[in-house]
Amino acid sequence: MVNESSDPLLRWIPLLPLLAAIFHGVMIGVVRRATPRWLVIALSCGTVAGSFLLSCVVFASLAGLPDGATLVDGLYTWIGAGVGELRFNAELRFRLDALSSVMTLVVTGVGLLIHVYSIGYMDDDHRDDKGFQRFFCYLNLFTFSMLMLVLGDNLVLMFLGWEGVGLCSYLLIGFWYSDRFNAYCGSKAFIVNRIGDFGFLVGIFLLFGALASAGAPTVDFAEIRASFGLISEMTVPAPFWGPEWRLVDLIGLCFFVGACGKSAQLPLYVWLPDAMAGPTPVSALIHAATMVTAGVYMVSRLSFLYAAAPVASAVVAWVGALTALFAATIAIAQTDIKKVLAYSTVSQLGYMFLAAGCAGYTGAVFHLVTHAFFKALLFLAAGSVILAMHHEQDIRKMGGLRRRIWQTHAVFLIGVLAISGIPPLSGFFSKDEILVAAWTAHVPGHLWLYAIGLVTAGITSFYMWRLYFVVFWGESRASHHVREQIREQPPVVVNPLWVLAALACLGGAIGFPQVYGDALGIERSHSLNNFLGGLFPVVEHHLAHSTEYAMALAAIGMAGAGFGIAYLCYVARPELPVRAAAALKVPYQLLLEKYYVDELYDALIVRPLVKLSDVVLFRGIDAGLIDGVAVNGTARGVRGLAAHGLKYLQSGFTQSYVFLMIVGAVAILGYLLR
Amino acid sequence: MVPLDHVIGLSAVLFTIGVVGVATRRNLIVMLMSIELMLNAVNLAFIGFNRMWPGEPGAIALDGQVFVLMVIAVAAAEVAVGLGIVISMFRNRDSVDVEVVSLLRW
Amino acid sequence: MTVPAVLFYAFAALAVLSAIGMVVQVRNTVASAMSLVITMVALAGIYVLLEAHLVAVIQIMVYGGAIVVLFLFVVMLLNLRSDDFGPARQRLVRLAAAAIGVFALTWMLRLFSGLPEAPPLPEGFGGYREVGIALYTDYVLLVEVASLLLTAAIVGALILAKRKID
Repeated sequence: MVNESSDPLLRWIPLLPLLAAIFHGVMIGVVRRATPRWLVIALSCGTVAGSFLLSCVVFASLAGLPDGATLVDGLYTWIGAGVGELRFNAELRFRLDALSSVMTLVVTGVGLLIHVYSIGYMDDDHRDDKGFQRFFCYLNLFTFSMLMLVLGDNLVLMFLGWEGVGLCSYLLIGFWYSDRFNAYCGSKAFIVNRIGDFGFLVGIFLLFGALASAGAPTVDFAEIRASFGLISEMTVPAPFWGPEWRLVDLIGLCFFVGACGKSAQLPLYVWLPDAMAGPTPVSALIHAATMVTAGVYMVSRLSFLYAAAPVASAVVAWVGALTALFAATIAIAQTDIKKVLAYSTVSQLGYMFLAAGCAGYTGAVFHLVTHAFFKALLFLAAGSVILAMHHEQDIRKMGGLRRRIWQTHAVFLIGVLAISGIPPLSGFFSKDEILVAAWTAHVPGHLWLYAIGLVTAGITSFYMWRLYFVVFWGESRASHHVREQIREQPPVVVNPLWVLAALACLGGAIGFPQVYGDALGIERSHSLNNFLGGLFPVVEHHLAHSTEYAMALAAIGMAGAGFGIAYLCYVARPELPVRAAAALKVPYQLLLEKYYVDELYDALIVRPLVKLSDVVLFRGIDAGLIDGVAVNGTARGVRGLAAHGLKYLQSGFTQSYVFLMIVGAVAILGYLLR
Repeated sequence: MVPLDHVIGLSAVLFTIGVVGVATRRNLIVMLMSIELMLNAVNLAFIGFNRMWPGEPGAIALDGQVFVLMVIAVAAAEVAVGLGIVISMFRNRDSVDVEVVSLLRW
Repeated sequence: MTVPAVLFYAFAALAVLSAIGMVVQVRNTVASAMSLVITMVALAGIYVLLEAHLVAVIQIMVYGGAIVVLFLFVVMLLNLRSDDFGPARQRLVRLAAAAIGVFALTWMLRLFSGLPEAPPLPEGFGGYREVGIALYTDYVLLVEVASLLLTAAIVGALILAKRKID
């Protein structure tokens, strides 16, 4: 099939952060003594740096191999059950192909920058000096889980990483757990994720069951891909919507439910805005660059399945597009700097799924990479702003910061340019590729998908420029006391920002579209496509060059329109948004309150469930049935039997005993001699 | 002679009389005597069986009679110890009524 | 009806009647003991009829001459001349149960299943010589264990019956 070569370096990529996490965990939980800060920093950042270096090394060796090659590193059989037709083997094996190598570089690279940033961000956490170490422990654990997710060779390892990142997300969101609200946000993230994980598990079961019934029971990606033809035409009887469904559609939908949970799509996105309760580096790493992209990675990894499941792909594309639009509209009205960025993340993830559903898997991965750069940049810069404003996050209290913290201002501006899609920054190229994929897709209503994507690009540009202008331009609206203390953050915080800014500017080079490459005389300019192309099903689409230029111009136009309107509303005529909000009271309220989705879920799902659990499960079954009948009832029964029945046997009368012995002897003899 | 069944039947009747004596009488000494009666009934059964299967002229089987001798020895030992207990009990409670010592009860 | 058979039935009747007499005698413990002696002697007679001569003699000597005498010693020692404890509790029930028991037992033994008559006897069966040989060759271990048991019983009885030494 594909030629595989073994590379024992692979196992160290996830193992290094795990060792650091274990060390921190032991020091905190078992030894219970404060570790010197320099040691914590050296260990955590050093191991992630080591993983990054190793990722570069294996990437170089992979690039040197011919197309379609992979590197594997097998350790042992983790779960082995059954024999023959019903065997279930989950090996602990790492596989590095083009997709995994890209993901690994992003995870370790951006992760390293964020680790460095966190040294400065969490520096004022002197509560008990173990908060600092605990943070880095969780960060390392998260890095390990994410690397297991992307490097795992089979569905079970991927699920291990999937669950691990969910756990670390919970731990990190609720990091400052002494404030109960933060703990609640962490629980919300974990629970909503679990709903998605249920879909993921059902997908694994269906896939394995189908393959086992076809005679090829396996969970390895390579083997599934090889045996996929055996099940691609199987159908299941349908309770509704037609006489039968294709099994691969069902499996694709189940996996996509998992992706909705992890990557915050409709309707399971509600945890991501509340996840902003965690420290800003957490928002940058987990909820912008890596964990939420796990869903996109999963869909890309199973691209062969989605290529054969048109219904599932259509659902993926439409949910992605609608999520993008939905979240973008909410972001227009938010007043917390991190919430705007959170909804922006949900929106951009929608773009990635839109591309994946339209068979533009390369576009989805490209946008994943560029989004990691500029979204992490934006989050970290926002963190710098928050620190400068002494933990103030409301943008209505900011303003005029561009003169006071010019470095943060410069990198934030670069981030906004990137996300709006202004060429030649990276966001333009990745967004353009997504729109091309939507235009040329075979999904029903793909032109509407393109339209939604284009309009959302405009809205994205608008709310990002709004954020920029409100925070950095105009007069400062902060209190006098805070205004005096606004300072730029130390270099350990600011330097990673510059690195990310450079990546956001130049990252587009890896995905330089061929159409421009032809114009500039560069052959095979779309490096990412060339690198990843072998993995994904080939999609032929021929667009006239003029159409491509026109689409690019349309995108730039939307971005420019967004910029223009934002400038108008927030710099030139600041009274306009106030009048608009007053005039359109109901729509404004709807947007401000996030369409009341949280309240809806609370009333429809959460409260009934809590009531049901309390009345039926707790009082009825647990306290009543199990405690009352089974446990206490058994005790009462035994006591009653002994106290009212058995004790009369101990009468103390010899003759009663003799009588009983005779009866017993007669009975036994009667049985034996019958 | 009589058929074996009659011998065993007599043994059973004597045994049952002994059982009735143990179950019915409150006097401890009479209970012990009833136990002796039961042992004697068993001895009779042994002797009867041995008469039925006495072995060959060259290999006489006298197992039953030997066992009866052992039973007599055991009965003697048991009576000795039992009567010792009766004497102790009489010293403590001034009675040989078995219902006087029924203290280990609920 | 041969003479041995008649003798057997006579001795059997005597044994049963005196056994019943022993159990039924409530007023006089000594009378119970006397009935027991009669039962023992009747049984010894039956042993003789069943060609177990040594055992019969030993039965009379040990049971009739030692064990029942021991009973009488204790009765005299404790001055239990006449006693009347009254009926045991639920005596009738127990009596009924025991009666049922005996009938059940006899029925189970199938009193009339028709085992054949006794086979011819080898020479010396039941005599002291043969029993002695069997005791001290095949069953010598049994004899030793029995002697140990008797020693233990003697010691036990001594200690139980002894007055406390002040």
